[in-house]
Amino acid sequence: MADLTNQRIDPAMARRNKRVAVIGLSIAIGMVGLAYASVPLYNIFCQVTGFGGTPGKATDNPKGIIDRIMTVRFDSNVANDLSWSVKAAPSITDNIGAVDTVNYIATNLSDKPLTGMATFNVSPERAGVYFNKIECFCFTEQTLQPGETVEMPIVFFVDPELNDNPELNTIKEITLSYTFYASENGGS
Amino acid sequence: MANTAHLEAHATGHDAAHDDHTPKGWRRWVYSTNHKDIGIMYLIFAIVAGIVGGLLSGVMRMELQEPGIQIFHGLAAMVYGVDGDAALDAGKHMYNVFTTAHALIMVFFVVMPATMGGFANYFAPLMIGAPDTAFPRINNIAFWLLPPAFILLLMSLFFEGTGPGALGFGGGWTIYPPLSTSGHPGPAMDFAILSLHVAGISSILGAINLITTIFNMRAPGMTLHKMPLFAWSVLVTAFLLLLALPVLAGAITMLLTDRNFGTAFFKPAEGGDPILFQHLFWFFGHPEVYIMILPGFGIISHIVSTFSRKPIFGYMAMAYAMVAIGFVGFVVWAHHMYTTGLSLDVQRYFVAATMVIAVPTGVKIFSWIATMWGGSITFRTPMLWAIGFIFLFTVGGVTGVVLANAGADRALHDTYYVVAHFHYVLSLGAVFSIFAGWYYWYPKMFGYMYSEFLGKLHFWVMFVGVNLIFFPQHFLGLAGMPRRYIDYPDAFTLFNRISSYGYYITFFAMLIFFYATWEASRKKRPAGDSPWGEGATTLEWTLSSPPPFHQFSTLPRIESTNAH
Repeated sequence: MADLTNQRIDPAMARRNKRVAVIGLSIAIGMVGLAYASVPLYNIFCQVTGFGGTPGKATDNPKGIIDRIMTVRFDSNVANDLSWSVKAAPSITDNIGAVDTVNYIATNLSDKPLTGMATFNVSPERAGVYFNKIECFCFTEQTLQPGETVEMPIVFFVDPELNDNPELNTIKEITLSYTFYASENGGS
Repeated sequence: MANTAHLEAHATGHDAAHDDHTPKGWRRWVYSTNHKDIGIMYLIFAIVAGIVGGLLSGVMRMELQEPGIQIFHGLAAMVYGVDGDAALDAGKHMYNVFTTAHALIMVFFVVMPATMGGFANYFAPLMIGAPDTAFPRINNIAFWLLPPAFILLLMSLFFEGTGPGALGFGGGWTIYPPLSTSGHPGPAMDFAILSLHVAGISSILGAINLITTIFNMRAPGMTLHKMPLFAWSVLVTAFLLLLALPVLAGAITMLLTDRNFGTAFFKPAEGGDPILFQHLFWFFGHPEVYIMILPGFGIISHIVSTFSRKPIFGYMAMAYAMVAIGFVGFVVWAHHMYTTGLSLDVQRYFVAATMVIAVPTGVKIFSWIATMWGGSITFRTPMLWAIGFIFLFTVGGVTGVVLANAGADRALHDTYYVVAHFHYVLSLGAVFSIFAGWYYWYPKMFGYMYSEFLGKLHFWVMFVGVNLIFFPQHFLGLAGMPRRYIDYPDAFTLFNRISSYGYYITFFAMLIFFYATWEASRKKRPAGDSPWGEGATTLEWTLSSPPPFHQFSTLPRIESTNAH
């Protein structure tokens, strides 16, 4: 069965066709690469802009305290697969810019050592970029012995520049929420 | 080998009927490297998949005809062998599986194969005066990847989804995590992912083939700016496929590894973000809707021009409107995500960018109307479908502009208003353009004329049916009925009932379609080379009906006066 259609194409045409096809294929492969590149790029984007309620990190507050009151509420959630109890810190009302310290209290309820890790998020999401943590238990794995209770401190301040963002004019409360998960090997 | 002599510009002036070494029997189709045969196979595949997808939606409409759960718990009891409350739960899951499968089948196995597979393969090479596509064997592979992909998707319906006794993936065609990762631990989702991978590879190969064909194999004298608008639409769509589908492939590969190999792209517990999937999905998903509709734009342009006996109004504007739609289509994706907590500034950008798309789209609508204006119009069957398309697509476009507003979208997000909107542009828009193309090119593809009466009857019954299905859904959405639920409060009964009646009418219209096709193949009324008269100016009408197995062994020359 002769493949007539192929014989009709002269070598010069075949070369040109091949070039276009190779370019097309590299575009497709490049787009797959971009899809994967978007993962680290998205993380960087969230950290820089506070997108999606990603809080910032700082060493101290250089910008001073301003005359606007903000209540910061704390929240904790524990995933089903981790038998810890985590008590969130009580809410705190202070001037924007003041550095405050609060404690979460975590207890291992089981009879074996459990390793947990935490993710966090700020609501409203637009406030994330202004919420700065000087010290916290972000993301590090922590192992609690059976029955052990630990205090987990957070030192934070709210950036006074929040006052310049018209989208946040009506905001009187910010909530910092932690969710605790069993780490890959340490859950029950 | 003797045939190659024909290439050497022997302008003998007669057709290549004598080198018609048509392979016979099943080999002709399975081994086919002929763009016309592959195009026909794509169309048949789309019809078969369309029957499956259409029946799935029929069961859903029957369920939604009355409040309460009438059908799915019985269906679940029958298929899964469970009783009582378990059957009720399994039935609810099954409903979600049906919605998901209906959407995936219609998008990937009906509309895309019909337009970019069937019509593009068959008519883009004819219109540009090419003997075949650039890579006939890749064309063959691209088509034969589709049936396995479809089978994988159908298999996914019969594997465990959310848990024991709940088969299939029920998370919607958007396959958002965590429902598609931790929410569906069974293998159903993996089958669906693999199905999309295979279908995606098929489309990318097809796109590369069509791009190469259109860039390199146009007949002498046919510059890009003399190329028929359907070829333009195929070119733009092929680029959209090339840029959008790999992103979906990447995103679903991440889903697959998140599910099976311990990665954490979308798992918050390990530092991932499920919202990232939505960005990736819609970066593919929004261009995808233009992939489905742009070839339709091309088809409609030819039909309107043919039956108005006028060249298309504003040819250059029409071509570049499609380029503009394709380009802007890539920078509006987050208008599907207004409720995910985007900042107001980001929402403002996406509102404005989305509204911008209405401009080139408007250029196209007005140019079609201007083409008809003052033309000598004959309302043959394809023209009815084309005008029906313009009307329905405009309705869907207007509700699209409403939904583009972030403020309005907050209320309408995930309601039946959205369902009505995208069915008006796709189910009615794209599908009407496919039927328009079918009736326009049927005499060319098969050499026979269908019954004008049956074609028109099909149009009118279907037009009434689909509008009855989807227009009331606007009211349901405005009243707050959410999508993707098996049940609803009594207050929504009336419009749901009307919508279901519309389905039955549409179903009857499809019976007319199959009968009309059967009747045409029985009666064998010869169509002639150019049944639509002097209005049809593109190159496919210069060939016999059906065209010879190999055409244009002497390449046609396009004179400068030749209209588009």
